[in-house]
Amino acid sequence: MQISAYPSHGDPMFKNAFCLYYDGFRSMVLGRTLWKIILIKLFIMFAILKVFFFPNFLETHFDTDAERADHVLQNLTQPSSVNH
Amino acid sequence: MIEQIDLTMVSWARATFALTAMYHWIFVPLTLGLSFICAFFESIYVKTGNEQWKKLTRFWMTLFGINFAIGVATGIILEFEFGTNWSNYSWMVGDIFGVPLAIEGLLAFFLEATFFAVMFFGWNRVSKGAHLFSTWMVAIGSNLSAVWILVANGWMQHPVGMEFNPDLARFEMVDFWAILSSPVAISHFVHVTSAAFLYASLFVVAVSSWFLLKKRHIQFAKRSLTVVCTFGLFAALFVAFTGDEHAYHAANVQPMKLAAMEGLYDGEHSAGLVAAGMVNFSKQPGDDQDAFIFKIKVPMVLSLLANRDINSFVPGINDLVFGNEAENIMGVEEKMARGKLAVAGLGDYKAAQDVGDQLAAAKALTLFEKNSEYLGYGYLDSAEQAVPYVPLIFYSFRVMVGLGTFFILLFMVYLYLLYKDQLEKQPLLLKLGAISFFLGLVAHEAGWIVTEVGRQPWAIQDLLPVTIARSNLDAGTVEVTFFMFLILFTALLIAELKIMTKQISIGPEGD
Repeated sequence: MQISAYPSHGDPMFKNAFCLYYDGFRSMVLGRTLWKIILIKLFIMFAILKVFFFPNFLETHFDTDAERADHVLQNLTQPSSVNH
Repeated sequence: MIEQIDLTMVSWARATFALTAMYHWIFVPLTLGLSFICAFFESIYVKTGNEQWKKLTRFWMTLFGINFAIGVATGIILEFEFGTNWSNYSWMVGDIFGVPLAIEGLLAFFLEATFFAVMFFGWNRVSKGAHLFSTWMVAIGSNLSAVWILVANGWMQHPVGMEFNPDLARFEMVDFWAILSSPVAISHFVHVTSAAFLYASLFVVAVSSWFLLKKRHIQFAKRSLTVVCTFGLFAALFVAFTGDEHAYHAANVQPMKLAAMEGLYDGEHSAGLVAAGMVNFSKQPGDDQDAFIFKIKVPMVLSLLANRDINSFVPGINDLVFGNEAENIMGVEEKMARGKLAVAGLGDYKAAQDVGDQLAAAKALTLFEKNSEYLGYGYLDSAEQAVPYVPLIFYSFRVMVGLGTFFILLFMVYLYLLYKDQLEKQPLLLKLGAISFFLGLVAHEAGWIVTEVGRQPWAIQDLLPVTIARSNLDAGTVEVTFFMFLILFTALLIAELKIMTKQISIGPEGD
């Protein structure tokens, strides 16, 4: 795909913006390392930590907002009952 | 009540949150401050047309990019923890936090992300003016993100603009502007962001000092130092000013925090400020031990700072715990009694609603609403539980203020020696400058310890203690995640240090 390194007058804005990103990412050096770190980090956070270690407690234990509210109200009004 | 709650789980949950927040705070203030520093450097380049300023800007922008990449999304972990370890809290504040965090995501993050690409990819592709505009937008965008997070934290310290819905067990926002314009939130934001500017200035000072020590990139280093020492000096002075404002608000809405900061157990009129001292670690509220092993006090200054009146009374921990009739201070035990009425009223309301007894529900609701401002105290077992850990707060406050004062002097000395063109002949001072960034990190973390440990036992001041805010989880689960985060964040920090030091040793291009 022939991409112009420099936008020319008259090129639509969308094409200029696309060229900016395309050429920018292609010419990255240090940026490639940083992007690898970002992607690995995001994968660890969202695909491993979030899924296996950080489920939303109320979302996973209760089906409706009414049940969640009821659970929290129980914790607020009978705090000794939450020890298990 | 409290002794039956799994305090081990609470402790691990708190430790995990503290760990992730402190790691997050290594990266974030550097982003906030360095983005503006890059904008200043680039403004000089555009104004002068001098290519040396362009090289300088691109160097610091590279380091900014490294820090941004490593630090990005570290804050999301904190949101994960809300949902998993602090489910009661996250449910109760969902309506309050939802709007600020949504605005942060939609407005600030997208603003930042959009112009980020132009800032890094747009050199020689867009006009100088357009590129400079993008750099400023990244700086403004990243700091706008901080607004919303700090508004949320400010609300935890001083909850305003909401009503409690007893049917849903949630605080519901009724006045968005009250939350946004809360004096605590505003002073919090300006203090934290100016501290970030100071921190980033120290980063540039540290790297530039190292260059001068190695006799590399001398002109580059001097140019950088001239700008950031000026910026840093203004930031350091503003930090001191806003810190005073922050403490003034703490005195009004979190008097226990201020008393802990000062190690003040017995309140005084014309109270003096403890400039330095050694606290008695075994001192407890109500006992007759001295609070200090020794102290150096500046007379009347605490009354002036806390209340803007040198003759005013500043309550001590004992006044707040046991009450002080003469000064019209309600003690914690009385608040606990009212809090327990609020808890009972809420419980009776729920029970009455469950069986459809509207008359009983209305009566219970009246009892709850009459005492709801003391709700959190209803969960305490003893009045002493309302006292945060004094030694940690006392020393952290002094570390923060002491280092803040040192930074003002450091910038002034640097600027003087730059003016005299003598700086590179001062190796000891340059070595001090080289480590000043790490001292800035210490000061930053100390400040967060003061504000967050000083808030204890409250997740929401006066309304929800930390022990009730947490989820019903096993301590073991939380303990595992603590060590996972320790490993993950340490790995990220090592990666940042390696990449950053490599880039610094390469130096600015073509120089």
